[in-house]
This record gives sequence, C-alpha cells and structure tokens, in this order.
Amino acid sequence: MSEIEFLNWVRGPGFQIAVIIFIAGIIIRFAEILMLGRKANLAEPKGSEMSGGLHTIVSRSFPDKSTFQRSTFTVVAGYLFHIGLFVTIFLFAPHILMFKDIFGFGWPSLPTPVVDAMAVVTIIALLAVLAHRMSDTVLKFITTKEDYLVWMLTILPLVTGYMAFHRIGMTAPTLLALHILSVELLLVVFPFTKLMHGFTFALSRWYNGAISGYRGVQS
Amino acid sequence: MSSSSVVQFNIQVSADLTQNVKPLLHEIKHALDNLIETGQTTIIDLRSIPLAPGEEDHILKTLGLGEVQAKLDALGLSEIIETQYAGVWVVTHYNDENHIISRFIEITTMPEILSSQTEDIMAAYSRLAITLQDDQEKN
Amino acid sequence: MTNDFKKKKSQKEQTFGDVMRSQGVSRRSFLKFCAATASMMAMSPAMIPKIAHALENARRPSVIWLSFQECTGCTESLTRAHTATIESLIFDHISLDYHHTLQAAAGHAAEEAREAAMEENYGKYLLVVDGSIPMGNPGYSTIAGISNYDMLMETAKGAAAIIAVGTCATYGGIPHANPNPTGAVSVNDLIKDKPIINVPGCPPIPVVITGVLTHFLTFGTIPELDHLGRPKVFYGQSIHDRCYRRPFYDKGLFAETFDDEGAKKGWCLYKLGCKGPTTYNACATTKWNNGTSWPIEAGHPCLGCSEPDFWDGGGFYKSLSMPTENITQTAIYTAAGAVAAGVAIGAMNKSKKNSAIAAHDKTTIDDLEK
Repeated sequence: MSEIEFLNWVRGPGFQIAVIIFIAGIIIRFAEILMLGRKANLAEPKGSEMSGGLHTIVSRSFPDKSTFQRSTFTVVAGYLFHIGLFVTIFLFAPHILMFKDIFGFGWPSLPTPVVDAMAVVTIIALLAVLAHRMSDTVLKFITTKEDYLVWMLTILPLVTGYMAFHRIGMTAPTLLALHILSVELLLVVFPFTKLMHGFTFALSRWYNGAISGYRGVQS
Repeated sequence: MSSSSVVQFNIQVSADLTQNVKPLLHEIKHALDNLIETGQTTIIDLRSIPLAPGEEDHILKTLGLGEVQAKLDALGLSEIIETQYAGVWVVTHYNDENHIISRFIEITTMPEILSSQTEDIMAAYSRLAITLQDDQEKN
Repeated sequence: MTNDFKKKKSQKEQTFGDVMRSQGVSRRSFLKFCAATASMMAMSPAMIPKIAHALENARRPSVIWLSFQECTGCTESLTRAHTATIESLIFDHISLDYHHTLQAAAGHAAEEAREAAMEENYGKYLLVVDGSIPMGNPGYSTIAGISNYDMLMETAKGAAAIIAVGTCATYGGIPHANPNPTGAVSVNDLIKDKPIINVPGCPPIPVVITGVLTHFLTFGTIPELDHLGRPKVFYGQSIHDRCYRRPFYDKGLFAETFDDEGAKKGWCLYKLGCKGPTTYNACATTKWNNGTSWPIEAGHPCLGCSEPDFWDGGGFYKSLSMPTENITQTAIYTAAGAVAAGVAIGAMNKSKKNSAIAAHDKTTIDDLEK
C-alpha cells in the first residue's frame, strides 16, 4: 500500500468505520443508561429536580476553593489540557472544514500559530498529569491499564497532528494519514472507556444536582 | 530591465504578498559583508526562491540601476547590470526567443562571465595570427 | 559498414566539449550554458565550475524513449522546455535513437532502429519510459505487434539506467486509477534490477524532465532520490512549504470560493481542495512556461499530480482534512440503527432487572432466626 493509498483509506473507509462505531456506541450506551431508570422517590419533593440538576451541570465546571487548594496541580493541568483539546480540535481551520463537511456549517477559526502553541501546551499538560499520576502512590495504585490506554489515545492525535503540521520525521502524506488514523482509534474506543465522560458528565452532574434539588438543599 | 518577468493576469495582488523581499535583501547584505571581509563571491539563483507574482520585479526595483550595464551576445542575449549597490550585480540570461532562462544576483567585484575567457583569448590569438599570415602571403 | 554509420560512430566518441567547440561555441557561451544548466538542475550556482568540467568531458549517450499507455502529454511537455537554445545543444548532443512519437519511421522500420541502437550500445544506453504497462491483457497496448510488457523487459535489459517520466510510468497514473480496467502497473513494479529515476507529474515540469536528463548526461550518475525514487533536488520539498501563499494559511486567511474576496487577494487555497501539503514537486520555485506562473499562482489548488493515486483522492476540490466518504449519511443511518439497537438492548436490560427483582426473595425475621 502506497502512502497516498494509506491516506485515502483513512480519509475514506477507515473514517467511515470509526464514525459508525463511535456514534452507535454512544447512542447504545445512552439508551442503556436512560432506560435502566431510577427507583421512584417516595419522599415529598422539597424543591425542583430540574433547577438543581441544571445548576450542577454548570457549577461543577468550576472547582470550589477547598478542592482547588487541595489539588491545585490536578485542577490547573486538567483545565489546561481540556481547554487545549477544545482549541486544537474545534478551532483549527482544517478541522472546522471537516466538521463543516459533516454538519453542513462551520465557524471561525483561530490563527494557526495560536493553535500550534496550544497543541504544545496541551501535550506538556498531558505529560505532566501522567508524571503526576505515576509519581503519586495513591494515584498510581488506583490507575488501571485502561487509564494508561486512554491517556495514550488522547495524546497520540496531538503528537501526530503536531508532527504532521511541522512535517517531522516522515513524509507529509504518511504523517497526515497517521494523524487521522490516531483520531479514528480514539473514536473507536471512546464509547467503551472512561472517555465516555465527554458525554456522560452532563447526566451524572444532573443527577447529583437533582438529588439535592429534590431535597430542597443547595446542590 | 528589458522585459517584465511577470505576465499580468487579472489577479489582484495584495500588498502583503511580498514577504520574500526583505529576507533576500538581508541575504545580499550578508553576502556584501562577506565580500568585503574575505573577498568571497556569492551567487543567488532567483529561480530557486519561491516568489509571489510581482515579487521579482519588486526585488529588481529595490536594487535599482547602477553605473554598469553590459550586454552579452552568447547563445542568445545576456544582461549584466550593476545595481545601485556597488558589488551587487544582476545577471539575466535570455535564449534566442528572448525568454529569460535564468537570473542570478551575483555579489562580486565583477561577474565571471564578463571577463574574457582564457580559451577564447587563445583562440583569438591564433585567429589573429592566421589573419596576419594571410595578409602577408597576399602581399 | 557504411560511411554514414562510421561517421555516426565517430560522433559518438566525441565529448560534449568537442561538439561545442566544433560548433564554434565560445567559452563564455559555454559558461552561460553551464549557469543555465545549474539553474535547470536546481543546483547551487557554486556547482557551475563542476558542471562545466563534467560537461566538457561528457560522452554522447544513446537514448531510447518508449511510450506505453500515455497521452503524449509528457512528450508535449518536454518539447516545450523553455530554454530552447540550451536544450537544443543538449539534444544535439544526445543520440535519441528511438522515440516513436517524434521519429519519422514507424512500425518494423522503427523497431529495427531500436534494436540496432540496443545492440550497439548494450549496457550503456539510457532508457526513458512514459506511460503505464497493461498487465490485464497484452493486447490492450502494442507497438508493431509487440506488447508493452515485452518491449519494456527486452529494452530494459541492456539499459544503464531508466528514467520513468510522468505519473503513469512512475505509479501507473490515470490508467491505474480505480477500477484500473487494463491492470496498469508502473515501471518499477516490473523492473527491480536497474537504477530507476522517477520523474512524476501530469505532466512533469518541462525543465524538470530536461534537468534530470541533463544530470545523467553531465555526471553519468543517478541524482539523490527520495523513497519514491524521485530526485530530491526537484521533489525534496512539499508545495505547501515552498508556496508563496503559505503565510495566509498560517494566518488562517483562505479563499472560500473561486471568486470571493479571498481568491482575489491571493489567499490560501487549502479550503478549495489544495493538495499542496501532501505533494512534493518543484512548481513553487521552478514554475511553468518560462517561469511565468504555476497552478496556485493562477488561482487553482494543487491537484497533487506528482503523488501516487492522485486521481483517487476523493475529488480535486475536497480539502485534505475532509473525509472522502459521505459521513453525514453514514452518521444518520448509524444513529437510526443505533437507536433501535439501543432501545432493544435497554429493553432487554430492563426485563432482566425486573425479573431479577421478581426472583428476589426478601429475608424475613424467620430466616434470620433459623
């Protein structure tokens, strides 16, 4: 297989397979979660589930003071790489073009050097959280093989994307193909690993908030 | 310059397209410094640099015209021009159809191609000798 | 042996320097020629003296040019190499013994010329090939009743080196495009024991063809090649990296259509499907038509014609970051199917849960007292 054939495969059938698994996986997992249902709460409601739930979805995006003081590193590095992922995935012109092709609409992009710098920051943050995880006894103890896999699959598209942009080590078609392939791997495992928190965070936060809301206490 | 290097299409060229002019001028400045310090000459092939439409003309205009303008008739025309910066020459080779085949910026005291070449001098000597001999025989 | 043939033979023993001197070309003209040659071969001007020395002593080589499944675009391109005077010197010097598009003879007479040239220069001649070779059925393309495959294999045997000119000869090209009805293959798919220089492009830039020929004629060696067998001097950098519109890519300024403000201002053509980032060729510096312009300068995205399978890349106007399949449709069908599957699996889970609840025996005080 020539490098252009490889590139054509990852842009065509490869991407198609990855998208099918990604979408089917997410929808099936959501259907399972939602249809399992919850036991009816027989206690008299003291407040609104909805307002408590919605409030928590937003409020949990910001760490409270004591959490921040307790684990400043985790919060800062975590924020950095999540924002970095958002910027590199959604605000890079070629990526927006891909979304536009699928959704039918696009949005403005950031200048390439900004995205480039952000990619470096994100890679550093991801390396830092891994180092932290491996050096902290407790964190290391609770880390599973899946966590390492997920970390690997998250940093791979960033590294390959950076290499493809700067043409490091290999020819441009190979680098671009490897970058797309790494994203496809991420898409395939996404619904079946902890990466699913990218979607389920809203459900779990809502549920936490809804319990408090029902009881009429602050969520 | 006898002919423009760029055929003008109906394409608007925005002013910020001339990004290669400054780096090239810096390169020329370095080469001049090198010529002064070590006597080493530098030749820059303008065809090896990615230039935007109009940029080559911009470079030539910036370098301007100096004191020497020589024409050479060898396998088509060549123009050897000293720019307003002494020591910086623009050498343009044309073919028989008056198309530019190559263009160099040479940073030197005099481009090599202007000097008479040893082989040609030797050929000239024997040619002249033969002519004189012929004249003698006729007389 | 006829007198004509003897004369031809003695011509072949002349060096390039002899030929130039016999034509009354001055040393100064020769230097100019060498400068133009260096520029054509994309070599540093510092190489000019070396080129002069090598050319002075270059022998007159025999060249056999074979054309297979091709459109003659490569030959058209070559004959329009812009440095007319310079090229004519080179081509006066080489002995183009067979080129069935350019030669007057045809059929068996032409084949005899090829065989004679092969015999006379066995092991020394340069073989140039344009066009792909059909492997599906030898009858798809024949010359004087000889299949392309047979002719290539026979002629390649005695060649010193092979230059594959154009995307068809280098990678199979358009005949090789999906679904490849003739079973077209490239020269280096078939020949493994000879040095092959790939000069892809659809067509290749004229001066790149002559530059590669000149390099071989001047130094008698193969230039440094990349992993696809292309000379690095011409194919060493991507179009994107050498493009004068690159600063606009970096700034995020793109032409969205062919006639919008961005297109008129000369912004980056990435969104219009430019394959510059994955294409290696010399267009950005060498340009076309006497250095006049090149596709991107003319406002059209790069098609990637010097890369393998450029015809099958999902469309010339689809940008590189876009998927080549219809992902929207895939996503909608997948979602519809997944909702049904999800509901079914959810229902199964729920009934399992309900039956587990139903089958669950509550512990009573009696049980505990047992």
